[in-house]
Amino acid sequence: MYSQGLIGADGRTEESEAFLEAFQKRIDAEEKIEPKDAMPEGYRRTLIRQIGQHAHSEIVGMLPEGNWITRAPSLKRKAALLAKVQDEGGHGLYLYAAAETLGVSREQMTEELHSGKAKYSSIFNYPTLSWADIGAIGWLVDGAAIMNQIPLCRCSFGPYARAMIRICKEESFHQRQGYEIMLTLCRGTPEQKEMAQDALNRFWWPALMMFGPHDKDSAHSEQSMKWKIKRFSNDQLRQKFIDATVPQAEYLGLTVPDPDLRWDPELNDGKGGYRHGEIDWDEFWRVVKGDGVMNRDRIAARRKAWEEGAWVREAALAHAAKREGRRAAAE
Amino acid sequence: MKDENLFNALIELADDHSILCHRLGEWCGHAPILEEDLALTNMALDLIGTARNLYTYAAEIEGRGRSEDDLAYLRNERQFRNLLMVERPNGDFAHTMLRQLFFAAFMEPYWQAALESRDETLRGIAGKAVKEMGYHIRHAGEWVIRLGDGTEESAQRMQAAMEALHIYVDELFHSSPAAEAAALAGLLPERGALRTAWLENITPILAEARLELPEAPNPQIGGRAGLHGEDLGHILCEMQYLQRSHPGATW
Repeated sequence: MYSQGLIGADGRTEESEAFLEAFQKRIDAEEKIEPKDAMPEGYRRTLIRQIGQHAHSEIVGMLPEGNWITRAPSLKRKAALLAKVQDEGGHGLYLYAAAETLGVSREQMTEELHSGKAKYSSIFNYPTLSWADIGAIGWLVDGAAIMNQIPLCRCSFGPYARAMIRICKEESFHQRQGYEIMLTLCRGTPEQKEMAQDALNRFWWPALMMFGPHDKDSAHSEQSMKWKIKRFSNDQLRQKFIDATVPQAEYLGLTVPDPDLRWDPELNDGKGGYRHGEIDWDEFWRVVKGDGVMNRDRIAARRKAWEEGAWVREAALAHAAKREGRRAAAE
Repeated sequence: MKDENLFNALIELADDHSILCHRLGEWCGHAPILEEDLALTNMALDLIGTARNLYTYAAEIEGRGRSEDDLAYLRNERQFRNLLMVERPNGDFAHTMLRQLFFAAFMEPYWQAALESRDETLRGIAGKAVKEMGYHIRHAGEWVIRLGDGTEESAQRMQAAMEALHIYVDELFHSSPAAEAAALAGLLPERGALRTAWLENITPILAEARLELPEAPNPQIGGRAGLHGEDLGHILCEMQYLQRSHPGATW
């Protein structure tokens, strides 16, 4: 699951006017750009950064949900959660592979995640405190991710667009599964419903922040739109998400924790939509910059897995080399 | 109850699968490489699938309206009947893989033999599980070989895992009175008869991994009588906490 408006994209590029124009023509003709095609450095850099952030989000995202595998309340829920977290790992794997086609290695990307240089979706820096959080993450976080990712299926970069088609199918399943967890809780005991409301209270605003800063503050969106890496603006996607999600919360009998939320018939070109209250961008930037509740723990957990696994990876390489040596000697 | 022995024998098997699944689930997100996060989860999913089939069938045999979750989440430490091996902490990756190999190398011939069961439901469960255990042997076996014949460090860790785990092997071949009765009735395989098949699965892998299975003159046995180590209670605390703290709730 992912994502948020790309953090810190840098679309600067230094190719000749003629080259850029020819490239733009291909983009405008909706041709897919493939790994071996010539492309502006800025395009390559933006994609490496974006696909890398996306992949890291999937991998770090395994941690808050993995936190509940051993405490899942039934065998069915445990199996579904195992499968979901496995799907997220699978998404990470495709995405690392898609980024590798642009000339960056998985090791490099992993090191950048561990050093704090590469970002991931800030939503995963919030803790999962109750079982209802697993429902809320599926419903809201995967729900927000789908809004972001459906347009990515038409991204101009072929490998990313193709990876996204399968990922979206799985995310859509996760979203329904999460909503079903919420529905079960809301139809359950008063304590279960309270748990569900509390999860919504904690995850609503961070889910809105997943779409990234308002368009007027989003420094590098314009170039990404022009290159058709991005198809809709942060605010457009956030609006779509709110409009889809508020009625779902009503159906659950839960209250969206925004006293300023109201229906505005003028929104969405007169089709109507929900206006939301002020998003706390200070909180967003604080969490993005490393001061969320779980930032340090998330990176520490990833580093620990990587460092404690080093001997396993070394052994696998050593064994492969021995095997190759024996095979060569036998010939 | 239709068949108390069969019920108890099914609970033993279901507990093995559920507890081992739980242990593998602890790795999720923390494996040495991403591919292993996926593989360990896959094996955990196989195990929970079999556990659910077995608990559900046990509940049906019991005929008292209990569900798979009642059996998994509302019994205490002393009522759990799993093998001691499966409750052992994960340790490092070498421990986890060797434990998986030991278990799968037994369950594969076990389910193979269960394909001949007089009981149709058990034949169905066996048919699915036998294929899964086959690939668990391959996956865990390949890692045991890589680690056993990899670097000096990995070989030492593999050796340490062997020393820690071999004392739990013998319990695989022991039958409780319930399992004995189910075997005599032609419902489930006789565990003691599977030692040769287990060794046939294990021996070529250990040879390639440059490992030896040490003698275990004093093996650890007790799970089938509910006599566990201290780790199981902690597993159950975690696993059962929501069911216990919200009695009767639906999840």
